[in-house]
Amino acid sequence: VSLPRLRLFGPAAEAAGTPHEEIPGTNVEEVIEAARGRFGREFSAIVKTCRIWVNGDCADLHTPVNESDEVALLPPVSGG
Amino acid sequence: MAWAIEPGCGAVVTFCGTVRDHSDGREGVTELEYQAYMEQVEPRLSAVAKAARDHWPELARLALLHRVGRLKVGEISVVVAASTPHRGEAFDAARFCIDTLKHSVPIWKRETWADGSDWALCAHDMIDVPGGDEDVDHPNGYDASIAMGR
Repeated sequence: VSLPRLRLFGPAAEAAGTPHEEIPGTNVEEVIEAARGRFGREFSAIVKTCRIWVNGDCADLHTPVNESDEVALLPPVSGG
Repeated sequence: MAWAIEPGCGAVVTFCGTVRDHSDGREGVTELEYQAYMEQVEPRLSAVAKAARDHWPELARLALLHRVGRLKVGEISVVVAASTPHRGEAFDAARFCIDTLKHSVPIWKRETWADGSDWALCAHDMIDVPGGDEDVDHPNGYDASIAMGR
């Protein structure tokens, strides 16, 4: 089973209760769906506001992933 | 400051972002805590610097720094420094860098105020750096880094 590493930040990490987790999936959509099932409604609502990166590059739901990949969910940013 | 001064330049503009004691609907802010996607901050700051250099080729020194961790009111959270031969380009480039940084670098701030603590409400949907390419080398006088709070 492919277990990409999911990285979470800001309110997404807080809603999930963890900043990272290994989540099964062969593309971004599968990983996110599995994460929504694991982390619940508050997390699922925040996911809709997030940008998705894979290994630091912009990605979409169809981007394939494997166990060596890092999927990051980035809520709206507030640096500065 | 000395680092940013160059013989061929007549202008250095520095911008410092500081921790403010209030935000929208939140009075008595005492502290901010910045969290970052650490591995991706420098690449994104570099992309901002690259985009600025592409637009203002006369830029000599250019530095972008952002702190993470907990900062008290009045502390500096972010710095942009830019030197150019004439002042107009230094102001414009520094303004571009701080504005673009705030929308494109993966950093989040949590506010602690009199009545509670929560993530900032003034968050921006992320954008890609316009014309940015983080894989390009920066030959002259470029710097971008993240510094730990405290």
